[in-house]
Amino acid sequence: MTSAPLPQIASQVRRDIVRMVHGVSSGHPGGSLGCVEILTLLFFEEMQLNPDAFDMDGIGEDLFFLSNGHISPVWYSILSRRGYFPVSELATFRKINSRLQGHPATEEGLPGIRMASGSLGQGLSAAIGAAQVKKLNDESTTVFSLHGDGELQEGQIWEAAMYAAHHKVDNLISFVDCNGQQIDGPTDKVMGLGDLAQKWSAFGWQVHLCDGHDFAALREAIAAAKKTRGNGKPNVVLMKTEMGKGVDFMEGTHEWHGIAPNDDQLASALGQLEETLGDY
Amino acid sequence: MVNSRFIQSLEPTVNKDTRSGFGEGLLEVGKRNKNAVALCADLTGSLKMNAFEEAFPDRFFQVGIAEANMMGVAAGMTIGGKIPFTGTFANFSTGRVYDQIRQSIAYSEKNVKICASHAGLTLGEDGATHQILEDIGMMNMLPNMTVICPADFEQTKQATLAIAEMQGPVYLRFGRPKVPVFMRSDAPFEIGKIQTLMEGNDVTIVATGHLVWEALKAAQVLTNRGIRAEVLNVHTIKPLDVATIVDSLKRTGCAVTAEEHQRNGGLGSLVAQAAAAHFPVPIEHVAVNDSFGESGKPAQLMEKYGLNSEAIQAKVDAVMRRATVIS
Repeated sequence: MTSAPLPQIASQVRRDIVRMVHGVSSGHPGGSLGCVEILTLLFFEEMQLNPDAFDMDGIGEDLFFLSNGHISPVWYSILSRRGYFPVSELATFRKINSRLQGHPATEEGLPGIRMASGSLGQGLSAAIGAAQVKKLNDESTTVFSLHGDGELQEGQIWEAAMYAAHHKVDNLISFVDCNGQQIDGPTDKVMGLGDLAQKWSAFGWQVHLCDGHDFAALREAIAAAKKTRGNGKPNVVLMKTEMGKGVDFMEGTHEWHGIAPNDDQLASALGQLEETLGDY
Repeated sequence: MVNSRFIQSLEPTVNKDTRSGFGEGLLEVGKRNKNAVALCADLTGSLKMNAFEEAFPDRFFQVGIAEANMMGVAAGMTIGGKIPFTGTFANFSTGRVYDQIRQSIAYSEKNVKICASHAGLTLGEDGATHQILEDIGMMNMLPNMTVICPADFEQTKQATLAIAEMQGPVYLRFGRPKVPVFMRSDAPFEIGKIQTLMEGNDVTIVATGHLVWEALKAAQVLTNRGIRAEVLNVHTIKPLDVATIVDSLKRTGCAVTAEEHQRNGGLGSLVAQAAAAHFPVPIEHVAVNDSFGESGKPAQLMEKYGLNSEAIQAKVDAVMRRATVIS
């Protein structure tokens, strides 16, 4: 594993994201760029992992579930940079015969992926089930999940939220990427989410609020969530983020949810992102 | 000729519901395998899962009326080595949660056993909202899915034990009413292998689920009329035992399929597809013909929708006439 500081890793991951999406003229750069910090922190500092010998059961490991599967570019970059598979494979993203499917999948056997996602709203249930098994197996490990804020419009999320509190799944920390954007526009305009902190709290969860691009703030939120392990409450971290973070012309708009940069735009983006670990 | 390796009696004296076979089987699975866990969406009594819940409270998870979440939690529970059995009505086990099954279970190759009761018209008085007749088709279309529809109490118990031993997602379909127990408890049961319950050379009756007993009743009547029917019990609809079906068609030259399901997309469609590919013969279907069900007693509904022994006999006559014309 690289010993580079987290901000340097994050810069390289952002380069990977825009290059992957440009390379196939397809994919979702906006949400991916907005979730670089949390995934970098989880995979390069927080989680107990065993990338050299990946297996589906992950006994003794922390687990991560990406529920908003369309931001696969950021996860693929992180997984490869963490040693799950060769970095060169990022060049195959979304192309024929690739293990790096448009949305994460298990069928092609890509190390690091335990659950297909893409159809939204399903990942929280899976994370909860996995967390309950950790308890049944007497593990003290933690299960993490990541969700889009727009994804919270799916009803299954709230079925799962109710269940996790009822069954006291307190070894679960879920993150919500609160960028306020979805495909058709700002979430407030498309389908207002209301007061998310109050909603999760009313469902029996412990709610943590933080800046999703601030490593220290994210670290603090995770520590606070872990500190209360045993109180029977699941944890949600509502991360304030900016879609397209790190590439000025992609920031703060839903326009870059699902389109790829052209050659000039790629050059402009890469000019803003330092190459720290070597491009693939 | 009746195959006594499979058949306990053609004059059964005991009626039991197939869901109770599931309940007994699940309890036994729990005793044999500590990794077996069960989830139920507020229908524990209806699914006969109470015995498992009482014996293994730490491995039973009440989900409430939230079937989509149940499928997702079950999928997650396979990570770490558990074998989850989900329980709710067939309607809520399939149509309501199709996308959850598709992405989180079938596509993700998760070892979840989807156990579905109250399938078909024999659910009875609750009516069409609950009488799913499309579930076999939906589950059969999913890659990686195994689809099992046992014939009676004993076979449902056997099937429950068998699916715990295999790796991969399974849809296990059973029902509500008490029906004759005619299968032997020690009958050889192999997932994917058709059981030839009666041998004959005049017509093949290919049946699944509750219609297997109706097929046997029909075959007995037909025998008295000098028609020797071969009765195939297709307890596993996917993977379908095409070889046994084609072998029978080659001897009989015609077939009737029988199922408590829509004609479109069910066992009948699959048998016709197999015949068309390997040995085309006239085939008639006993199934629901592109309509929803309605309220009524199970036997009344099966008669009205043409899903009983008499309906099978009529279709046998029809298909044998067609076969004669062709030959």
